[in-house]
Amino acid sequence: MSDLDTKERIQPGTAPGEDVAFEIHGDGDFPTADMSLSIGPAHPATHGVFRIVLEMDGERVREARPVIGYMHRGFEKLAEYRDYRQIKALVNRHDWLSGFSNELGVALAVEKMMEMEVPDRAQWIRMLIAEWNRILNHLMFIGSYAIELGAITPMFYAFREREDIQHLLESATGGRLHFTYNQPGGLKIDLPKGFLRESQRLSTVVRERLPDYFDLVLGNEIFQGRTKGIGPLPSDVALSIGVTGPTLQATGVAEDPRVTEPYLKYGEIDVPVPVGENGDSFDRFSCLLRRIQASLDIIDQVHDHVPPGPVNSKLPKMVKAPEGATYVRTENPLGQLGYWLESDGGRTPWRLKMRTPSFSNVQAIPYLMEGVLLPDAISILGSVFFVVGDIDR
Amino acid sequence: MGLMDQVELPQPVKYVFNWGRKYSLWCFNFGLACCAIEFIAASTSRHDFIRHGVIPFAHGPRQADLLVVSGTLTDKMAPAVKRLYEEMPEPKYVISFGSCANCGGPYWDSYSVTKGVDQIIPVDVYVPGCPPRPEALLDGIIALQDRIQHESLKDRIAGRRLDPVTLGADAPLALEGR
Ligand code: SF4
Repeated sequence: MSDLDTKERIQPGTAPGEDVAFEIHGDGDFPTADMSLSIGPAHPATHGVFRIVLEMDGERVREARPVIGYMHRGFEKLAEYRDYRQIKALVNRHDWLSGFSNELGVALAVEKMMEMEVPDRAQWIRMLIAEWNRILNHLMFIGSYAIELGAITPMFYAFREREDIQHLLESATGGRLHFTYNQPGGLKIDLPKGFLRESQRLSTVVRERLPDYFDLVLGNEIFQGRTKGIGPLPSDVALSIGVTGPTLQATGVAEDPRVTEPYLKYGEIDVPVPVGENGDSFDRFSCLLRRIQASLDIIDQVHDHVPPGPVNSKLPKMVKAPEGATYVRTENPLGQLGYWLESDGGRTPWRLKMRTPSFSNVQAIPYLMEGVLLPDAISILGSVFFVVGDIDR
Repeated sequence: MGLMDQVELPQPVKYVFNWGRKYSLWCFNFGLACCAIEFIAASTSRHDFIRHGVIPFAHGPRQADLLVVSGTLTDKMAPAVKRLYEEMPEPKYVISFGSCANCGGPYWDSYSVTKGVDQIIPVDVYVPGCPPRPEALLDGIIALQDRIQHESLKDRIAGRRLDPVTLGADAPLALEGR
């Protein structure tokens, strides 16, 4: 130890004796200055432009403050200027990894208000594509979470499957990311010939490849060391914050609108809901993986059910929802998505309020990050699955 | 840069020099929204732009030659993009990937979206689409490499840029005829 005063030595960027705003914690030989560490808005550890400010006490996080709004694009306001057919091209972009599930919510809301009958075939196909979309979304998170923890390979595996699935969905919808396949009253067009056969084949392929992820990521000792016991979320806290989706199911609560409040035809089939035990990062991730399996199970069941028939009902030239309001909630890949649609009888909604899963999920971050070490903060950040556009809308 | 910003290189030297530059573009991805997913798809095994000499692992803007802005730029985000661009060393290139980065895309009438990244930084190649396919990015990269091959570094450093290329609009697809 030199004869320099310890307090002066550890304060970064200041000359000895200069007044600084840092608080010094602890005493003895190792007092530490508080430091504000701003991660983001463009940082490899935060997918997208999420920013988080960490108040650090040495290596420990004292307080975490998410700073959102870097991706605010004004969806709710813009929706008031688009007619009911155009909205779907807008809403499938707020959570860009689950385009189909988003537009499904709006289509359901409009149908509910107009009391429209949707043909059976359209409903089953919607379920089929929604589940494929869920798998696409989860695969992306498997890849990106592994990257955040320092493993690059799983991303390449995940994109191998993603490309195959996107190719399949593109054959029906024409889109790779934003499908724009729903419309009020059904679907834009029917499935191409041979789609179901191809879908069946792909589901076996993906199922065969799933063990790769269980072995490569979940079974990896380093992965387990970095995630097991990190950031446990008790179920009562999760419920009070409003966390949903895999993040909630990891805490042991089997809440899923597909089961508790079935929409489409989910009531007629068996929907498995995987749950975790203690809601730590490991559980959250393993729930995500097992949800892929569950979605494959649903897809296999749907294949046996798709009936022949039309896929859309006749629409008036101008889709106008009658005066009133409705709320629809669906299980998006990341959690519950709710649309509050209010209409004054005109061509466009009077108000479209979104309840997006990512926004509620990130509310858990300050709770989870309190008192953890910095590397664990990254492991928590990645395991509370969110899409930035879905937070900021 | 020493000599290069003062003298025009002789043609053979320029050729070899530009040939070397165009196939080692260290790329900094400014992934903002949906388009960033397609950027990642373009970098993984199926499309794999590394075979075109674009390396997506620049550690930060200071080590990068190419900035790919993929996604919606909001007014809140714009200062950060401008700052990262200014941190990059010359000669630097910008690909604007996706309708949002080109002109605001589906949010052309939004109150919080910047209508195009070219309002704050100069763009070399525009790749249209919402989101563009990964193939379109590959095409954009080839178009950019064509420009690099034919450009004079002296002019570039002096700030004289060629007009930007918009894929599919004023230029034929770069892949055609290859
Ligand atoms: S251009 Fe389209 S896909 Fe790309 S960021 Fe904008 S809305 Fe998303």
